[in-house]
Amino acid sequence: MDHQMKRGLLDICVLAAIQYEDSYGYQIIKDVKPYVEISESTLYPILRRLEATELLTVRSVEHNGRLRKYYHITQAGLDRIAAFSEEWKEIMAIYRFVTREGEPL
Amino acid sequence: MTKHEFLSELRRRIDQLPTQDKQKSLDFYAEIIDDRMELGGMTEEEAVAAMGPFDEITEQILMDIPLPRLVKARLRPTRALRAWEIVLLILGSPVWLPLSIAAAAVIFSVYAVFWSVVLTFYAVDLTFAISAVASLPTAILLFCTGEPLFGLFFLGAMLILGGLTIGWFFLCNYATKGTWWLCKKTMLGIKSLFIRKENNA
Repeated sequence: MDHQMKRGLLDICVLAAIQYEDSYGYQIIKDVKPYVEISESTLYPILRRLEATELLTVRSVEHNGRLRKYYHITQAGLDRIAAFSEEWKEIMAIYRFVTREGEPL
Repeated sequence: MTKHEFLSELRRRIDQLPTQDKQKSLDFYAEIIDDRMELGGMTEEEAVAAMGPFDEITEQILMDIPLPRLVKARLRPTRALRAWEIVLLILGSPVWLPLSIAAAAVIFSVYAVFWSVVLTFYAVDLTFAISAVASLPTAILLFCTGEPLFGLFFLGAMLILGGLTIGWFFLCNYATKGTWWLCKKTMLGIKSLFIRKENNA
């Protein structure tokens, strides 16, 4: 897959992983991995980027005597997911046009 | 490798980053290793191994930090400069200062030369156009003063110059586009060169 496209999709996947429930690094990787290849080293800059652009917020929660960071999606993050699915409706329409069965020209 | 060893190696590799960025990265990796052990049922050794190669980790951390912050962090010396280094820096300034100014000047000159050529192309086109326009009244004047042969000559000149104006204009367009493309490519080249250098460091 195109590098730039994969980068954009990873952002969306990470947002999707926290859209219904706050989550943390390990869990996000576990949830996203079946769909897109993701590792700790790729997740880290994505989280930082999403935080910097205020698509998510971070809070530290005490867990078993250590701190764990939970990521919470913002309204802007939810808007981003909505914009993504709108955009993909158009792309899917194009896909159906491209791959339609019909008489060869 | 234990978690402690992993984190101190990581700290060593990103030591030149601003403190806040450094701490955030270290916390992130510490948390994931702990979770891998607690929830993934891995041993410490396995959890650390699952983090992947150090080069990839540091590259991803560095890539995320904006270039100006990266440069600033890298320019900040990790220890105080020794006296002889300061002396050398000052004594060497007649050499390295003009050299860096010269390098910048050379790059600027190359740009100036390219764009001057483009400008010259347009100037030539303008000359063609003016000559063509000027030929018309001359031709009319010559016809009126009973010199039809010379009049015809100027009329022909006008048509040729008009054609040249149009043809040359397309050439100008190509020259502009080409130079613009070259400038963009060069800028991109310089930037990526710089980023790569920062990452490898």
